[in-house]
Amino acid sequence: MDWQNIFSLALQQGLGPSAVVYCLAAIGLNVHFGYTGLLNFGQAGFMAIGGYAMASVVSTWGLPFWLGVVVGLLLAVVLALLLGVPTLRLRADYLAIVTIAAAEIIRQTVGSVSLLEYFGGQDGLTGFSDSFRSLNPFSGSIGIPGVVSWRANDAWVMLVGWILVVICCLIVWLLMRSPWGRVLKSIREDEDAVRSLGKNVYSYKMQSLIIGGVFGALAGFITALKSAAINPSFFATDITFFAYTVLLVGGAARVLGPVAGAIIFWFLLSFLDLFFTQAAATGLIPESIMTSNQASLMRFIFMGLALMLLMIFRPQGIFGDRKELALDAR
Amino acid sequence: MPAETTAPMETPGRGTSASALRAREVLADVAHEPGAKKPDPIVVADHITRSFGGLTAVDVEHVEVQRGVITALIGPNGAGKTTFFNLLTGFDRPDSGDWSFNGTSLNKVPAYKVARMGMVRTFQLTKVLSKLTVIENMRVGATGQKGETLLGAMFKPMWQRQETDNTKRADSLLERFLLIKKREDFAGELSGGQRKLLEMARALMADPELVMLDEPMAGVNPALKQSLLGHVKSLRDDGRTVLFVEHDMDMVRDISDWVIVMAQGKIIAEGPPESVMGDQRVIDAYLGAHHDEALTFEAEEKIHAEASSEFQGGPAASAAPRASTGTTERTGSTAATGEHAAATEPASTRTDDHEDGPR
Ligand SMILES: Nc1ncnc2c1ncn2[C@@H]1O[C@H](COP(=O)(O)OP(=O)(O)OP(=O)(O)O)[C@@H](O)[C@H]1O
Ligand SMILES: [Mg+2]
Repeated sequence: MDWQNIFSLALQQGLGPSAVVYCLAAIGLNVHFGYTGLLNFGQAGFMAIGGYAMASVVSTWGLPFWLGVVVGLLLAVVLALLLGVPTLRLRADYLAIVTIAAAEIIRQTVGSVSLLEYFGGQDGLTGFSDSFRSLNPFSGSIGIPGVVSWRANDAWVMLVGWILVVICCLIVWLLMRSPWGRVLKSIREDEDAVRSLGKNVYSYKMQSLIIGGVFGALAGFITALKSAAINPSFFATDITFFAYTVLLVGGAARVLGPVAGAIIFWFLLSFLDLFFTQAAATGLIPESIMTSNQASLMRFIFMGLALMLLMIFRPQGIFGDRKELALDAR
Repeated sequence: MPAETTAPMETPGRGTSASALRAREVLADVAHEPGAKKPDPIVVADHITRSFGGLTAVDVEHVEVQRGVITALIGPNGAGKTTFFNLLTGFDRPDSGDWSFNGTSLNKVPAYKVARMGMVRTFQLTKVLSKLTVIENMRVGATGQKGETLLGAMFKPMWQRQETDNTKRADSLLERFLLIKKREDFAGELSGGQRKLLEMARALMADPELVMLDEPMAGVNPALKQSLLGHVKSLRDDGRTVLFVEHDMDMVRDISDWVIVMAQGKIIAEGPPESVMGDQRVIDAYLGAHHDEALTFEAEEKIHAEASSEFQGGPAASAAPRASTGTTERTGSTAATGEHAAATEPASTRTDDHEDGPR
């Protein structure tokens, strides 16, 4: 067992580009679910819209990279409006159904054969990140020697990504301490009460859906940039549920909840992966109990177990307030 | 006129404040019949109907609510009071009908706009914002907040001053409603009665012209009830109009200037409390609602006889409200209160169940 190697690689993942992606997606869900109580099960759809808009604007239409980013953000707003207009006046569960379906429709559409020339079908698109990478100030390997290190391209994505995370957290913090954020939290608690006090609940929910959706699009950009490629499998439904997991681990309705959640989630997931792989390889776990293939799947079982323990002993997440959660039981 | 001078002594509970006297004076010439025209109505509703499946929950021909007075809306369980509240405030849509507030038609006006116009309601099943503190609950109530727009929200200096002012106002209201000690607690930690208080105080944060309270006293202890009655009366002193639903007849008698009685969706009687409570139609409506309970024919006859003899002065008083002989009417109404309390007891029990039940 090479413990140092395991820790180093787990740390690399815990702070790496994947953690950034889930962190941004979860910040969006935090606005939707944590603060406003909107059940958006289609965050992967917002990510796909963002990522594909950016990729196709550059590689299919040959337009500048920054334009791709702008189009991606605008389309995320449009998607939020499309989803919100019919559903936000209805009961909360309708939004859940519509968003989960919409995300899947988007994924199937960009992957379809008839749109192959625009979105590249199941193979997706590549070659859109050149201008992004050309701005990369790093070269070689970046990190703390002997502890952790990243390749230059990853480091560049991480730098941009974590800056985005900081900006998003700042926006969420500014908004949620304000009377505007108070209205969102009130809507989460009781829509009718808020309506009776003269607030346009529908408009606030729409604003929330748009803001969280735009954060989702940012996560989509990073998804595409971190592998310099994009394809439909990046945006499967389970992405949304992992993002929810990240949110609940960190603590919903807390500004830094998604950040802590994302780091812990990715650290643990890769730690368990590395541990079981090495344990099987070095014979710590005998072949008769499990093969190395089986061992690499153990991470999900243990991750699930860890989540269960968290929900039993700290249901409010890392940053949550237990007292607040107890109110639901009354 | 001697009638004017004896009036306050006859009904001490309704107060002798200037606004109480003014309210009585304004309503003196209003006919005691359903749909009566008022001199200065703040709310006018016509032909409002709302049915749920085959059940017609509300079927109101015409009703007016006088500005600046306290109007009670009473009626047996299931009479349609809450539904009527929902319709007036835009929380539900009628099948047909027109209604207006301050002369502005409210047809198709969404609930939040109705509230902004100055018509703010509370709910029978209290709606507090559980995971917000009591003071935050109060702050949400304030209208016209600059920090409630997306752009304004980001810049604290833009809304800081307003927030401080609102907080001051909230604190003085909390003081008045005896919730100041709970200021920093989550609203979800409050007891049922405290929630009622918070909801009422929060509604007042919106500085409404018309306050509509759906059973504000359900689950509030008697001592606090007394002080709350004072608050409701002080709303009238501030020049606000109050329309409230209540099953507690003592309270209705105590503070309302005018009573509207609903039964099975219709308005069946209107008038000042003392005349309405003697109205045969009202007694029938309340007793009728409990026919299926253990009332034997004899018992019912007896109640009828007693009720009508107690209320004997009723119709006469309605013709000349202030001129009846003081002592007889006082004892009469006390006895009648007992009757009504008995008749409506299952009602209040049911309401309490609702309040405490799991939600
Ligand atoms: N959403 C609904 N669906 C079906 N029926 C309803 C609905 N709301 C109210 N009703 C029915 O309409 C009638 C009037 O109900 P409402 O709540 O207005 O009575 P209420 O006068 O407020 O009674 P209470 O004094 O018990 O509060 C009742 O018979 C009730 O069952
Ligand atoms: Mg009711």
